[in-house]
Amino acid sequence: MEFDNSQLMTMLPEIVMLTGALLVLLVDLMVRDSDRMWPYALTLGTLLAAFAAAVSVGGGSSEIILGGNYVRDAMGDSLKGALLLIAIPLFIYAREGLRKMDEWRTEYLTLGLFSILGMMIMISANGFIALYLGLELLTLSLYALVAYCRDSSKGAEAAMKYFVLGALASGLLLYGISMIYGATGKIDFPGIMQQIAADNTGDNTIFVFGMVFVVIGIAFKFGAVPFHMWMPDVYQGSSTPVTLLIGSLPKIAAVAIALRVLAGAMESLHQDWYMMLVILAILSMALGNIVAIAQQNIKRMLAYSTISHVGFIFLGILSGTDEGYRAAMFYAVVYALMAVGAFGILIALDRKGVVVDQLHQLKGLNDRHPWLALTMLLIMFSMAGVPPTVGFWAKLFVLEAVVSIDMWWLAVIAVFFSIIGAFYYIRVVKFMYFDKPIDDEPVVVGGAAQTMLAVNGLAVLLFGLFPVLVFGLMKL
Amino acid sequence: MSFEKFIFYIFSLVLIFAATMVITRRNPVHAVLFLVLAFFNAAGLWMLLEAEFLALVLVLVYVGAVMVLFLFVVMMLDVDVAEMRAGFMKNLPVGLLIGAAMIIELLMVVGPKYFGLDKFAAPVKHAADFSNTEALGMLLYTDYLYPFEIAAVILLVAIIAAISLTLRRRPDRKYIDISKQLAAKKADRLRVVKMESEK
Repeated sequence: MEFDNSQLMTMLPEIVMLTGALLVLLVDLMVRDSDRMWPYALTLGTLLAAFAAAVSVGGGSSEIILGGNYVRDAMGDSLKGALLLIAIPLFIYAREGLRKMDEWRTEYLTLGLFSILGMMIMISANGFIALYLGLELLTLSLYALVAYCRDSSKGAEAAMKYFVLGALASGLLLYGISMIYGATGKIDFPGIMQQIAADNTGDNTIFVFGMVFVVIGIAFKFGAVPFHMWMPDVYQGSSTPVTLLIGSLPKIAAVAIALRVLAGAMESLHQDWYMMLVILAILSMALGNIVAIAQQNIKRMLAYSTISHVGFIFLGILSGTDEGYRAAMFYAVVYALMAVGAFGILIALDRKGVVVDQLHQLKGLNDRHPWLALTMLLIMFSMAGVPPTVGFWAKLFVLEAVVSIDMWWLAVIAVFFSIIGAFYYIRVVKFMYFDKPIDDEPVVVGGAAQTMLAVNGLAVLLFGLFPVLVFGLMKL
Repeated sequence: MSFEKFIFYIFSLVLIFAATMVITRRNPVHAVLFLVLAFFNAAGLWMLLEAEFLALVLVLVYVGAVMVLFLFVVMMLDVDVAEMRAGFMKNLPVGLLIGAAMIIELLMVVGPKYFGLDKFAAPVKHAADFSNTEALGMLLYTDYLYPFEIAAVILLVAIIAAISLTLRRRPDRKYIDISKQLAAKKADRLRVVKMESEK
């Protein structure tokens, strides 16, 4: 392989992210101030610079560089752009929350940046090796972040659970990858696609065997039922700023790898994998929406809500059409935007020494802080899929994709469960607007976080009124 | 049977024996030692595949470093075997079911039908002076440069994670800060108390 320096320009976003993360690490060593303004500013600057880099190198036909390990294409551009933009409010909320908890350290910023780098590597992976390494970079950073609050025994327990189950999922994924590598002799996605298409024996047992394990691995990372056991405990056990990171952005990367592997490398096996996704989707929507009703802890409730959203994302992927893939990408991006907002509000309600994670703590929020209540209302309606919020369009597009392949019954099941799900979202709204507050302490939110939350809530409404603003950017 | 095949079977049989012992021994130290034996035999199998570098690394890294660490951990922890086996009978049926399913699936695909010599030709034997390490290095720094770099970043994250999880500033430690000592002034330490003189 000829190594060409000019190829490196294509991966400028990743280079900017890595450099930024290393700089944050070094600056923290050099500059001693208790407020950590420098690392924080540098983190936001890195995200903006990486976004600018992604925009400047993006567009045009797809390029495969670095020995076929890295691909830059329209899908990667749009998902990476969304990822980096949503990461900015994420760090602003996280700072607010960590300062309230007296846990504001630079490790959150460094590990957070590295996890985003891992997601970017996953998004632009063109082979199983890069995909797996990106995934490990992401999850390793997250394991450490879950145990971030060192004095919390719940956090340590959640980290342990996440680590053990994550290692198991990685093992299954690797096993599947090794089978596919053994059957095709290729490790890059286009190569595997060609080998499977060229196979004329009519017996694809071995590909399907490998694929089953790969799908299980991906479902584990998504948190789809029956591979969801880690999600509620990890969401609840880690501190809210960490849940904010775990619960939002990784879904965008998960959609990317699902599309790269299933829609890319194993396109010709669609008949074999779509039924598995149907089962995962139905189970996730059913269990997620029904169990969420019984939760008193908001973080647990949002974990089960995530599981149900994952079911909807799978609906888009399993359709096997370009429209369906775009709908799944759109859903993941919209979900990340909503999840960041929802956890951001919990952070805003935190006080020194008081962690808001029970549903009844939201009672009467409208009397205490009308703006936050309105933002939460928009986000809850959006998660439930009520027009005119963006969540409605996200659900509509995936349902449209399922209907377009004549699976009416699946669309009916999805609508049925999302109606059940509407109950617990609207219950939150009822608590905020129609119940008496149980404590009258004023809500103290930093200026930046407050502004960003307002922007976040309005974005949910704006993109709902003009969904094409986002959907138009989701290209394959 | 050629000599090479004979060696292969010996290594494989000992490997399977050692692996079975790892999961059946009651004493965790014995289990770790059997794991060492399993690694040695796996290294032997890799030697037969002409993957000399990997075989040596397996012995050096796994046997030399990882397993020693394992032994330390086993020594440090108070492993209660009876407690660990408490749920054994309860979980046995599920475990057996999953194990059986996995074995049947494996038997269906792993074998000459899909991985036979007609599908994949046996690799060409290299001359005795062929450098396996050099070939690996060439591949790693050209075709697989990108994954190699990502692996480096993962190691960095592992260091950061390990330090951030274990380094704590204890308030009661007896640490001497020399610059603080030098910067101390008389006024910081000494308090002159005016008292009435006794008569």
